[in-house]
Amino acid sequence: MTIHLKYWKQDGPDVPGHFEEYTLNTVNEHMSFLEMLDVLNEELQLEGKDPVEFDYDCREGICGSCNLVINGQAHGPKAKVACCQLHMRNYKNGDKITIEPPRAAAFPIIKDLVVNRGAFDRIIEAGGYVSVKTGSAQEANAIPIEKEKSDAAFDYATCIGCGACVAACPNASASLFTGAKLAHLNHVPQGEVERSNRVVAMVDQMKEEGFGDCSNFAECEAVCPVGISISAIAEMRRDYMKAMFS
Amino acid sequence: MKLDSKIPEGPLEQKWSKYKKDMKLVAPNNKRKYEVIVVGTGLAGGAAAASMAELGYNVKSFCIQDSARRAHSIAAQGGINAAKNYPNDGDSIWGLFYDTIKGGDYRSREANVYRLAEVANEIIDQAVAQGVPFAREYSGLLANRSFGGAQVSRTFYARGQTGQQLLLGAYQAMMRQVHAGKIEYLPRHEMLDVVIIGGQARGIITRNLVTGEIKSWEADAVVLATGGYGNVFYLSTNAKNSNVTAAWRAHKKGALFANPCYVQVHPTCIPVSGDYQSKLTLMSESLRNDGRVWVPKKKGDDRHPNDIPEEDRFYYLEEKYPSFGNLVPRDVASRNAKIVCDEGLGVGETGLAVYLDFRDAIKRDGRETVEAKYGNLFDMYENIAGENPYERPMRIYPAVHYTMGGLWVDYNLMTNIPGLFATGEANFSDHGANRLGASALMQGLSDGYFVLPATIGNYLADVKPGTRHGTDHTAFVEAEKAAQENIDKLLSINGKRTIVDFHRTLGKIVWDKIGIARNKEDLESAIKEIQELREEFWANVYVPGEKNNYNKYLEFASRVADFFELAELMAKDALDREESCGCHLREEYQSEEGEAIRNDEDFSYVAAWEYKGINGELKEELHKENLEFEFVELKQRSYK
Ligand SMILES: Cc1cc2nc3c(=O)[nH]c(=O)nc-3n(C[C@H](O)[C@H](O)[C@H](O)COP(=O)(O)OP(=O)(O)OC[C@H]3O[C@@H](n4cnc5c(N)ncnc54)[C@H](O)[C@@H]3O)c2cc1C
Ligand code: SF4
Ligand code: FES
Repeated sequence: MTIHLKYWKQDGPDVPGHFEEYTLNTVNEHMSFLEMLDVLNEELQLEGKDPVEFDYDCREGICGSCNLVINGQAHGPKAKVACCQLHMRNYKNGDKITIEPPRAAAFPIIKDLVVNRGAFDRIIEAGGYVSVKTGSAQEANAIPIEKEKSDAAFDYATCIGCGACVAACPNASASLFTGAKLAHLNHVPQGEVERSNRVVAMVDQMKEEGFGDCSNFAECEAVCPVGISISAIAEMRRDYMKAMFS
Repeated sequence: MKLDSKIPEGPLEQKWSKYKKDMKLVAPNNKRKYEVIVVGTGLAGGAAAASMAELGYNVKSFCIQDSARRAHSIAAQGGINAAKNYPNDGDSIWGLFYDTIKGGDYRSREANVYRLAEVANEIIDQAVAQGVPFAREYSGLLANRSFGGAQVSRTFYARGQTGQQLLLGAYQAMMRQVHAGKIEYLPRHEMLDVVIIGGQARGIITRNLVTGEIKSWEADAVVLATGGYGNVFYLSTNAKNSNVTAAWRAHKKGALFANPCYVQVHPTCIPVSGDYQSKLTLMSESLRNDGRVWVPKKKGDDRHPNDIPEEDRFYYLEEKYPSFGNLVPRDVASRNAKIVCDEGLGVGETGLAVYLDFRDAIKRDGRETVEAKYGNLFDMYENIAGENPYERPMRIYPAVHYTMGGLWVDYNLMTNIPGLFATGEANFSDHGANRLGASALMQGLSDGYFVLPATIGNYLADVKPGTRHGTDHTAFVEAEKAAQENIDKLLSINGKRTIVDFHRTLGKIVWDKIGIARNKEDLESAIKEIQELREEFWANVYVPGEKNNYNKYLEFASRVADFFELAELMAKDALDREESCGCHLREEYQSEEGEAIRNDEDFSYVAAWEYKGINGELKEELHKENLEFEFVELKQRSYK
């Protein structure tokens, strides 16, 4: 099939960017979206043009590297998949597709569709862990955890750190990402001890990085490729207030 | 060169504790005087960086991705082994050790494998303490499942995302140390060379993948935890950035490369659909617990699989291997899939696929139970293949998955270059000629959390703290210059074929001739084809863009250049090994039923290759480390 592409080109963080257009006639419905971009880049190179840069690694929806905004939607039209798992069978002949990087002050553009998400690392660095040294753990089955609780923790732990929630949020808030890590650790007993210090450290870091506030638009939940529930944000707020006033 | 594996004396069960008792220690106040470079942030590198920083060493951590959390380990699905024996089904450290040695077809070191089995239990404890949400029973205690090559349930898992959850645990431990100022964290930095001064590894050269800056880093020891080289095949289940560059450049500086021909082909992957295919997706081996593998009995039976009645189905694994059935080790399962497809029984458009069918499991346990175990894998399959595996059997085919070969290391995980260590998939150490499922995560974390942090101290105790040569030392300056020249050269060729085109062509040669089955004639012609294509690569590759900017194609070009050299060594190694063992099937050495025949008399050794230069042809010298089996009896593997 034929697809009309419009994609963002930008040489670096401090230079202006622009859209470029290209019509690709060799798209096949079994291709993944990123394979379609590979094909685009092969054609561009053979024509002596500059390929478009985009981030990826696993191409299995688990590493969180890919984060394209496709026709205005983070990760594209299909719910609960990262864009590397989006297949061209979701499009039809003659479709127009616009591809942009996630736009947020806290995610400066490196080149074209590639952004710097170092802010996410720094949020985890501020407190997204259980402080247990290697070798100081007790026997694993000494900490029984109700299956339901453990499953709930798991649902939050699956965040892949892609940043789609930030891209989709009108305020460019990182609340879903931050809330997910907090909820994961808070739902297991191992995380309980540091609960209130953790929430304060991570939320403060999130603010410092220049992410916006959450105004309950819930756009984040809608685009999240692993379906992190927005209830994580409510819990984060409650915990933050509690920690501040106790 | 004499290879000394430095295996401690004494009974198998006491070697590691004796080692720890006897090893040299670095005093706590001295630890902070040492700099350690860790390249790679997968399970092996992430766990090592965190644990060494906790001990007090100053660690510098490098990776290619924009965050340590994205290392390829994140993609591991099925689980991690440990002999906790929670199910009370007769497991033991010995049992895990024995299965791993046997699974590896007796081509690994007893002492290393025993240590691995011993340390595994601690990994589970550590991960649980970090908050890793392993699967649990209704009692609140940890759940287990079984995996290929074992008759007990010893695999711990976190849905189909075990690698993700374990890696996030290691990553978070690492970020805690970044916060504490004990780790200098350098993502989007690719190591291009190791620097050796006075015979010791003293640092590395990196390229900043955002700015293109080439830079030297000095340290007292260098750890390569840079993963496997499966991407030499172009199509594999590895993440796209996985590569051999760090290990290969170390090899060219003198580190021996061991058993490069041992490559594991995973039996259950989603088949190739077209030329544009950029990678292959694994469907976890855990699926073989409940899925049944079959092909139609008749050639060209193009009925819908659900319409093919029981008597027309060939459940070839269950029939040939009644005691292990669908749970035979990976090499056996892959080889048999190839055999039935070569016989023309394969299914799907290309005929290069077999069915993995959940009909009976769904009938027996209900859809909900199957969904709880494999939901995310089924979704992934449906996304990619466009078919619903609850209703129609999956189509699967083997794909390159894991590389047992890697840098040669001794019991300390140190290469033959003092101060240069290799851990995780990057080394050759624990899996012999075939790795069992759920044991790479075990090895990466065992190396990273427990083994290396101990053995590196034993090395550093003999290095004078604070020894610095400065990055203006000629060894650094020359290595920087060579790295820069290599990049300039790639950019200056300005040829007509793209990097992907070359890589795909190379991959096809390697898959066809150094893949599931090998023979002398194919291997010899592979060497010629690789050499010719390599020559063309250096004359006709087109590398777009600039060096001082983010340039993914330039990164790939430099990695593909190394794959070209490695590929030739793989063929040489496969040629040298005139036997079949584990994943290495030489067609000349198999029984009438197609089972591998080992030759313990002549080939019970680790093949460790020393780089001797390249000029049209790759020159390598073979060194042999003889494998001694004191505690297990060598047997022909049988899963019948
Ligand atoms: C799809 C899939 C599923 C799997 N499932 C399982 C499973 O269920 N159980 C199991 O036990 N095993 C499994 N495995 C195998 C296992 O995941 C890997 O063997 C293991 O994770 C490797 O870990 P590692 O730390 O050695 O390397 P990796 O995780 O590959 O990490 C390599 C690191 O090195 C860095 N790096 C590489 N080169 C350079 C360089 N030149 N400069 C700087 N940094 C560099 C990378 O950025 C990365 O951080 C699976 C593998 C795949 C592909
Ligand atoms: S919460 Fe969802 S959208 Fe946000 S980073 Fe995590 S996985 Fe991505
Ligand atoms: S490339 Fe890994 S999640 Fe998309």
